[in-house]
Amino acid sequence: MSIESFAQTLVFGLFVGGIYGIAAMGLALVFGVMKMLNIAHGELVMIGGYVSFWAFSALGLDPFVSLAIVIPVLFALGLALDRMVYRHIVRLLGEEKIKNSLLVSFGLTLVLQNLAQSIFTADERSVQVAYAGEGLNLLGVTMPYTRLASLLIALIVTLALNYFLHHTYPGKAILATAEDFEAAELTGININRVYMMTFALGASLAGIAGTFVTFTYGLSPSIGIIWTLKALIVIVLAGTGSILGAFPAGLLLGVVEAVSGAFVDPTYREVVGLVMFLLVLILRPQGLFARK
Amino acid sequence: MSNFLSIDGLDASYGDLQALWGVSLHVDEGEIVALIGPNGAGKTTLMRTIAGLHRPQGGSMQLGDTTLHTLPAYQIVEKGVLLVPEGRRLFGGLTVLENLELGAYTKRARELRFKTMKHVYETFPILGERQHQRANTMSGGQQQMLAIGRAMMGLPKLLMLDEPSLGLAPLIVQNIFEIIKLMNERDVTIFLVEQNANQALELANRAYILEQGRIVGTGKGRDLLHNNEVRHAYLGYATE
Repeated sequence: MSIESFAQTLVFGLFVGGIYGIAAMGLALVFGVMKMLNIAHGELVMIGGYVSFWAFSALGLDPFVSLAIVIPVLFALGLALDRMVYRHIVRLLGEEKIKNSLLVSFGLTLVLQNLAQSIFTADERSVQVAYAGEGLNLLGVTMPYTRLASLLIALIVTLALNYFLHHTYPGKAILATAEDFEAAELTGININRVYMMTFALGASLAGIAGTFVTFTYGLSPSIGIIWTLKALIVIVLAGTGSILGAFPAGLLLGVVEAVSGAFVDPTYREVVGLVMFLLVLILRPQGLFARK
Repeated sequence: MSNFLSIDGLDASYGDLQALWGVSLHVDEGEIVALIGPNGAGKTTLMRTIAGLHRPQGGSMQLGDTTLHTLPAYQIVEKGVLLVPEGRRLFGGLTVLENLELGAYTKRARELRFKTMKHVYETFPILGERQHQRANTMSGGQQQMLAIGRAMMGLPKLLMLDEPSLGLAPLIVQNIFEIIKLMNERDVTIFLVEQNANQALELANRAYILEQGRIVGTGKGRDLLHNNEVRHAYLGYATE
């Protein structure tokens, strides 16, 4: 394999990894703060994709412009789901919380998937922008504008989230609640509001990932579970307490999958991701990017 | 000066297990009141219930004219009732500075946070030196200071401390007690739970004794300190 094609593989791995990273950050945020695994996270990715697809086909909006619709719509959907569903689970304790959050979010997965199927049909959709084939050529490595822009946006969103969490009071309230929800209440934080904001932010991140999915892969009502699994692998790689660590971990998974696809066999790409998942669980269960 | 915090007939349970049985007590403005009693008496439950972390089953809690027992914890903080919980409960992964900033989360405290922080750093110079250190990398004594500092940031009118001396070296305990006294002199009313009954009674104006979820005695701190029964049960002296 030539150096160019290896570099090309790496670059494409990073492009895919950026989508993994954004999707996983949403799951990590909800997991880290609300301490429950939202299996329906991938469904939110799927719905974000359909909102973007609708904006493209009905309103003629460029997918990147459609983010201005996707983000608020998914934020609102997140608020509604928290209010109707997750709020009733988040205050449960111990085993009851684990069981109920898994059962309820799995049930929600089925509901959302079937709802999407009846609204959007099971046909596979994708968005083709006019500039889809254009791109930069740097030292023999092709970088399509669409892919480059989505990686760039993913990076900006990660930096913005970092700033929000560490340098604003609402963000710090989220971090404090993740550390110790009772101690957070004792400083005067309304944790119900924190949970609501957290879930809505997680849904928005899923929506951004979904938008990228529409022009990178195809879109169909059944893609949700794949994204939940990818995001789950990534947050285990990052370390389950690490919210922002999910982004580099996503990039890593993207690169490892791409490289193994090129060197081993494309059919084993998924397997390599899972092997890495197991190795991290066995050798470094706290994750690659967790501080302790 | 009368009945700042008044608690009347408070019942609280964990599942089927009743932890507090008709607890009534009051803390007046400017006082230091101690709550002593054996392990498992319900001292921590009482503190958590006042702070709003635990819903009472019956009875009432008032702070002046404000009813506390129907409020969620964050609103009780807004009223100026702050708890330094057992085991400190810091935000371990966050820095000293971030912990203190979070202490001033309420609107009332946030506006004055720079002034209050200066005051906290004067009281605990070590916190100022270690602003950017993560809370869980500090020693037990420093963590307790940060826990108190974080509560100070919330501008307490009533400061409740649950076992502030737990697991600390005697010299540091001395230091913590001096700070509590100092805060009281600056118009903060103190309600304190302590295993270290000797020192607590010495510091307190008044004290209550809690046993098996019931108030079984009360009196002036110094009187209880010299009461034979109390000395025998809680202070580890043989009856004279």
